[in-house]
Amino acid sequence: MSDSIIRIDGLSKTFAGGFQALRQVDLSIQRGEIFALLGPNGAGKTTLISAVCGLVSPSQGTVWVDGFDNVKAYRPARERIGLVPQELTNEAFETVWNTVSFSRGLFGKPPNPTHIERVLKSLTLWEKRNNRLITLSGGMKRRVLIAKALSHEPRILFLDEPTAGVDVALRREMWDVVRELRDHGVTIILTTHYIEEAEEMADRIGVINHGEIVLVEEKHALIEKLGRKQLTVQLFEPLQTLPPGLATFALTQNDAGDELIYSYESATQKAGDGGISALLGALNKAGVGVKDLHTRQSSLEDIFVDLVKERA
Amino acid sequence: MNVYPVRAIYMAEMMRTRRTLLQSVVSPVISTSLYFVVFGAAIGSRIDEIGGVSYGAFIVPGLIMLMLLTQSVSNASFGIFFPKFSGSIYELLSAPISFLEIVIGYVGAAATKSVVLGLIILATARLFVPMEVAHPAWMLLFLLLTAVTFSMLGFIIGIWADGFDQLQLVPLLVITPLTFLGGSFYSIDMLPPFWQGVTLFNPVVYLVSGFRWSFYGISDVSMGASLAMVLLFLFVCLAVIAWIFRTGYRLKP
Repeated sequence: MSDSIIRIDGLSKTFAGGFQALRQVDLSIQRGEIFALLGPNGAGKTTLISAVCGLVSPSQGTVWVDGFDNVKAYRPARERIGLVPQELTNEAFETVWNTVSFSRGLFGKPPNPTHIERVLKSLTLWEKRNNRLITLSGGMKRRVLIAKALSHEPRILFLDEPTAGVDVALRREMWDVVRELRDHGVTIILTTHYIEEAEEMADRIGVINHGEIVLVEEKHALIEKLGRKQLTVQLFEPLQTLPPGLATFALTQNDAGDELIYSYESATQKAGDGGISALLGALNKAGVGVKDLHTRQSSLEDIFVDLVKERA
Repeated sequence: MNVYPVRAIYMAEMMRTRRTLLQSVVSPVISTSLYFVVFGAAIGSRIDEIGGVSYGAFIVPGLIMLMLLTQSVSNASFGIFFPKFSGSIYELLSAPISFLEIVIGYVGAAATKSVVLGLIILATARLFVPMEVAHPAWMLLFLLLTAVTFSMLGFIIGIWADGFDQLQLVPLLVITPLTFLGGSFYSIDMLPPFWQGVTLFNPVVYLVSGFRWSFYGISDVSMGASLAMVLLFLFVCLAVIAWIFRTGYRLKP
């Protein structure tokens, strides 16, 4: 908690129409981490980011960016932040080079062609630097938005669904860019629908739903804590009824009767009914022939769906 | 005050002007020249002198004002409306800059363009009508103050407008009538007494009158009143813009 670069205290936002997009959000982002904010459509992800970046005036609460109140001390707070918005918006008739240089100036930095060149090259935009934005593909436009956000060397980067509508190759490339930024000490907050993305990238994950932060957890701990494991035991012969020795285990059978499915909490493997080894021992004792075994760990996606459903 | 954001906005806006040179410079110059040809050279020769100035020369300051007001408003309103419309205004709102820096950038660029246009039209006018400028320094001051003030008005309209139709509405329904009825083409003492009184509520009267004084030393209202009106209007616009950025009106939900 000591080294949080962003601290959000009791942030609420009610829009003019009465819709409450954020409810008392408290959140703290650690310096140098990649934080993924997950949530279904309309959960408040973009509103939260917008409130931190100054695009939305919060109804209540405070945001501290590196120790600066983002309203009262908006200059030092905002100059630390780069924002890549969700929508592909830009000045259609500008060239790539001009629009990225413009962003740097807008954020109060003196011109630095070397830095702009480095950013454009890292995003493979260098070849396109003299192209007008209107001539670029969607993926290229997305990169330009990232380049603009990086033009003023921010310490915090917000990526609002950075890989929506981006092909797989480009997505991988962007992940590499994000990792490289993190290696240079940039703190990254991304929102995403792609659970795969959060699983791949994030150090910590926050889940937001109906404007409330439902959960914030270190990624592995989250999977560990909430992840269920399943062991599927394939049998040589279908079982009509379960042998009495197996009654203590939480088992389900498939319709054909030739598979036993054993669910267990990965964190509490050794507790309760004795876990996998006890089950295998019992199977052996009951004379059930085991053909094959395989285990499956629930993904972040399963966890996410469970969470959102549970609180809906 | 940080100079880099101001410069970035100013340069980007000037670049936009350069990209649309035909529409933003050539077309107003041509349309104003047509006024000179029709009212100055063709009809003007049949109209009596006003205050010792030939009609053709008399309307030059008014026409420059007409163009200055419409161009300042439309240019500045489009400059801020377009990013709002396309969504790229997110960058402006998330940047570490004050409203004053934003205004100086946008309004400065729009006003620069208007002043340059005004001078081009003045030079063009001299091709059609012989005339001298009696007080060039006052003339420039009026040109500048009016361009800045009405660019600010345009900026406000650009933020207020929800669509392209509203963007056109104010210039069409407010600015053009006020200018035509503001003494661009006549001296207000040519009006019946009642309308002379009414017309004093039109701020454009003071602009045109003051501007014309700087050319020929004749005016409908006193120079002091003209200057006071421009400055008053300027500070009202500035106050409105400050309020817009403080409350986020039509900018931030």
